[in-house]
Amino acid sequence: MSAASILSVRDLQVSFDLRPATLFGKRRRLVAVDGVGFDLAAGETLGIVGESGCGKSTLARAVLQLLPSSAGTVVWLGDDLGSLSPEEMRRRRRHMQLIFQDPLAALDPRMTVGEIIAEPLDAFEPDLGPAVRGARIAESMDLVGLNPLMINRYPHEFSGGQCQRIGIARAMILKPKLIVCDEPVSALDASIQAQIVNLLGRLQREFGLALIFISHNLSVVRHISQRILVLYLGRLVELAPAEDLFVAPRHPYTRALIAAVPVPDPLIERAKPRLVLGGDVPSPLDPPSGCAFRTRCPKAITLCAERRPETTEAGPGRLVACHRWRE
Amino acid sequence: MVDAVLDGIQPLAGRGLWADAWRRLRANRAAVIGAIVLGVIALAAVAGPMLAPHPIDAIYWDRVTMAPDFALGHYFGTDTNGRDLFARTLYAGRISLALGLAATLVSVAIGVVWGAVAGYFGGRVDAVMMRAVDVLYALPFMFFVILLMVYFGRNPLLLFVALGAVSWLDMARIVRGQTLSLRRKEFIEAATAGGIRDAVIIRRHIVPNCLGPVIIYATLTVPNVILLESFLSFLGLGVQEPMTSWGVLISEGARQLEGGQWLLVFPAGFLATTLFCLNFIGDGLRDALDPKDR
Repeated sequence: MSAASILSVRDLQVSFDLRPATLFGKRRRLVAVDGVGFDLAAGETLGIVGESGCGKSTLARAVLQLLPSSAGTVVWLGDDLGSLSPEEMRRRRRHMQLIFQDPLAALDPRMTVGEIIAEPLDAFEPDLGPAVRGARIAESMDLVGLNPLMINRYPHEFSGGQCQRIGIARAMILKPKLIVCDEPVSALDASIQAQIVNLLGRLQREFGLALIFISHNLSVVRHISQRILVLYLGRLVELAPAEDLFVAPRHPYTRALIAAVPVPDPLIERAKPRLVLGGDVPSPLDPPSGCAFRTRCPKAITLCAERRPETTEAGPGRLVACHRWRE
Repeated sequence: MVDAVLDGIQPLAGRGLWADAWRRLRANRAAVIGAIVLGVIALAAVAGPMLAPHPIDAIYWDRVTMAPDFALGHYFGTDTNGRDLFARTLYAGRISLALGLAATLVSVAIGVVWGAVAGYFGGRVDAVMMRAVDVLYALPFMFFVILLMVYFGRNPLLLFVALGAVSWLDMARIVRGQTLSLRRKEFIEAATAGGIRDAVIIRRHIVPNCLGPVIIYATLTVPNVILLESFLSFLGLGVQEPMTSWGVLISEGARQLEGGQWLLVFPAGFLATTLFCLNFIGDGLRDALDPKDR
């Protein structure tokens, strides 16, 4: 898409073979991410939204090669990550970091904060002297708003928001080009959420970071993202610049998601037209034929059950996968 | 900045788990007392036989199964062959302590590495490594020891090898189980995503987080090994007269319960004290290595 794209994902598919429940049961295949593609420019934020279980985290892990993908390519600065040896891949991890949903679980309970933050540094720049290393740790802690004097504390002594800051400090210490944020604020209080989102936004502006920001909370994603990718049952539903997506959603699922965002004003909230989706998300073990969303879609027609909609260009920088997006 | 003001009050030097654990261990009274008592016993075992008034193999025909007598220098009495029990108990401590600690160290060293590697890599590596453990398990222990003796002759060193070779199997299974559950934790994924090498992840994350059960099991391995050694000696495969060990002394003493209680009481007292000390040290270590437990 854009010329300065650093990451380019094409037709990525991740599937898991499930063991049969009985001895002679048949092996089943769960396709968690199905044919998702996007580009990411340097310094850009791509938000990924979807209901729980739609494959957001799986997508993130497959992009970072933490999970094997069954099809498709992930190209990072010209290298196809899937074809690299483990050691070559490990070297590239210097520039792509991950932060987690559960901030405490992502920190080793037996390491001090200083050691946790220094870990990527120790892996990639092992020859630093103790003074330089200490200064880098302090710098990174300062950057995320942690007092460097807390270097010898253990993770359980911190609140959730502080733990997430520790995770961000660890991700930032090598000044990476990309940070994948897997629901970084979902486990935090609303007041802390804003702080962490603002922190990520500030770091992005200061260091030209690219972010992949995963959340099920559309308001949070809208706040930080330039473009938003909507996933449903592991498939790309719509990809559009953030404002365009909110102003003119093309896909019925996106429309329903946006309608479900609560407005902090009871009068508007009550007057708002309801667009409630019926039914549950189908099982990814047994996805509907054709369009995955057709079982809950208010506009579904017979074509939707027969043929899977292609991902088509719907305006500048917009992709949508729906047979009836024009209507 | 704040650190300019606080400079000199609290040094910004980073500390690690081990430095912190050492500090916490020293603050644990039971563990410190246990370590001191164990040190005294070890010292007595090393230096004691030289200081004892009687050699370990001198037979006094006129003093068979004699109760403790300070005037004659038999502080713990004599055994059924008229030998001084004080010297023999201290001497036995050398063999029992050395065997117990060496076999436990071997079991911890091999078992932890083996189990952590098998559990961490999983899949085929795990299957091959753990089947090897199963095969060794299935080998009858006595058969294994007798084979060793037949091939290499009787040699105290073989005892170490034999005991070490069997005691790491349980440890490997325990550590593998721990590792399997740790491997799913997010901080391990965080380390992988951060570009940390597998060997470093095992060393820095997996092993320290397995240490609690490892330490507890290690303190249980020491008495097991000591008692296993006495069983081997009883069969004539362990240490031979006039050398002796606590296990041997205890099994002999148990047979003289009527008329010679001291023959059981003193060696058993030493063994029990040693085990108590090890348990206190083990508990202290486990607590010291867990930053959350304070």
